[in-house]
Amino acid sequence: MTRLAVPKTYKLFIGGAFPRSESGRTYEVLAANGTFLANAAKASRKDARDAVVAARKAVVGWSGATAYNRGQVLYRVAELLEGRRAQFVEEVRASEGLSAKDAAAQVDDAIDTWVWYAGWADKYAQVAGNANPVAGPFFNISVPEPTGVVAAIAPQGGSSLLGLVAVMAPALVSGNAVVVVADEAHPLSAISLTEVLATSDVPGGVVNVLTGSAVEIAPWLASHSDVNALDLTGAEELDWVDLQIAAAETLKRVLPPTGGAIETRSLERITAFTETKTVWHTKSMR
Amino acid sequence: MSIDLARTVVGAELSERSLRGFVLGLPGVDAVGLEQRAAALATRSIKTSSKRRALDTIVSLIDLTTLEGADTPGKVRSLAAKAVLPDPSDAGCPQVAAVCVYGDMVPYAVEALGAAHAGAGGSINVAAVATAFPSGRASLRVKLADTADAVAAGADEIDMVIDRGAFLSGRYSEVFDEIVAVKEACRRGDGTSAHLKVILETGELSTYDNVRRASWLAILAGADFIKTSTGKVSPAATLPVTLLMLEVVRDWHRLTGELVGVKPAGGIRSSKDAVRYLVTVAETAGERWLDPHLFRFGASSLLNDVLLQRQKLASGHYSGADYVTID
Repeated sequence: MTRLAVPKTYKLFIGGAFPRSESGRTYEVLAANGTFLANAAKASRKDARDAVVAARKAVVGWSGATAYNRGQVLYRVAELLEGRRAQFVEEVRASEGLSAKDAAAQVDDAIDTWVWYAGWADKYAQVAGNANPVAGPFFNISVPEPTGVVAAIAPQGGSSLLGLVAVMAPALVSGNAVVVVADEAHPLSAISLTEVLATSDVPGGVVNVLTGSAVEIAPWLASHSDVNALDLTGAEELDWVDLQIAAAETLKRVLPPTGGAIETRSLERITAFTETKTVWHTKSMR
Repeated sequence: MSIDLARTVVGAELSERSLRGFVLGLPGVDAVGLEQRAAALATRSIKTSSKRRALDTIVSLIDLTTLEGADTPGKVRSLAAKAVLPDPSDAGCPQVAAVCVYGDMVPYAVEALGAAHAGAGGSINVAAVATAFPSGRASLRVKLADTADAVAAGADEIDMVIDRGAFLSGRYSEVFDEIVAVKEACRRGDGTSAHLKVILETGELSTYDNVRRASWLAILAGADFIKTSTGKVSPAATLPVTLLMLEVVRDWHRLTGELVGVKPAGGIRSSKDAVRYLVTVAETAGERWLDPHLFRFGASSLLNDVLLQRQKLASGHYSGADYVTID
């Protein structure tokens, strides 16, 4: 017996919930060969605003969790990703038009990258922090702390899952909350990742994913006063100089596009969204 | 004089019996209709220049409130500073209507407001909660002393709570007499009187019918304002309850020509919510009521949200909590 097709209309991921776009808009997600895959929500500036509010609320709890706990929570996400591996492979294959083998390689790389970053949660501070030698009876210690709310544009046009993981995971490791604009043409793996995150131990609001036009949403995130940092890694095709200028108005930390292939596993991607706090503590003269 | 008015409206000498007859004779509230009306009013869309005006109106209607056990003179001073200059980055931002504090904090509020205080030629009032706020569980003697003390310290407005226990037990004249007595205690030596706001604490009154009864009772007893809640009980102010109270105020005005204010308090945190209240006021009592003398918001965090919205309209980009003061 033939079954009725169940075409899906996906929603956004904001504050741990799955709301429709405030604007009510959707757009068609097409496979590499032009056939219909699904409908995705087309986020508006007000959805971006709501996502920032949700992220701001989540920063305190997530950055306040112990580094070890964050590592465990992120590692658990990798476990869930592994469980859904077949679904991700199928989505990446259909959406990006890859062979099954190439799609599987990308998904495996994405999961391994996630594990790689999860492992850094309770270790990066030892590398990025320091006990500074000072001329006086003080302990002088520098420690990295999360920047706060990070808005990121995921790499557009290919490597949809790996690209997303490479911008999302490093920001999360140190305790930032993120608002990510997914790959516009290939949002399915991002949407499935939100379904994984919703059933994981990552608190609601720590990750917020907007699907839709990065060109439309990015300027609002760049100028938003309550966003502390802007990851433009995926904004290669956008007018990212203007975004940088808008971000400078509110002194945001900005990671501009590198111009080449994105380095997916990099300690610098973690430390890009940390601030160094240096404390002086007296010690005895002898 | 207001007692004479009450006598005329009730249509008999004021007694336990006549008050009960009047209050219980009020028509019942159509709860479904009321909630639908409130929901319909809440769908009104206010944009651009109208929104700008609405936000400024909201600021000018706010009773900026701090009612915590942990309040200090320093907290009250910073509240007063915010009342005078809500947005330091925008001198065009209107001042709030009043600051609302506990009775013992009134002298600090008056001192901190300085020239901005209504008593010193400014426009900001000092409101004090009194009568054993928020529970109201004290003897009448203590309640009156509480009120007189706040008035003597310089309060321009007194927010009293009704005795919900007595009201819910049906002892309406007791509630009535208490409001009359507190109103008397609001008198100053020079013959003027502090404005009296009567808190009904609608969250404890259970039914819309009771809200309507309590509203009439408070107005008959001489309330200058009727106020929904203390903010200490959930649910606090809701749109349907405020709509209902506005209807009573409107009916009272039609009946007697007297103007009574309404103050929703507690739980109104976003500009969007506040705009819905403005629409409800304009559509129910009339635009005349969109004035600090006749409508107030009892709120603390609402002001910051309104300021963020004002900044968004002025700058074109979203603002953040780092750009307004911490409460």
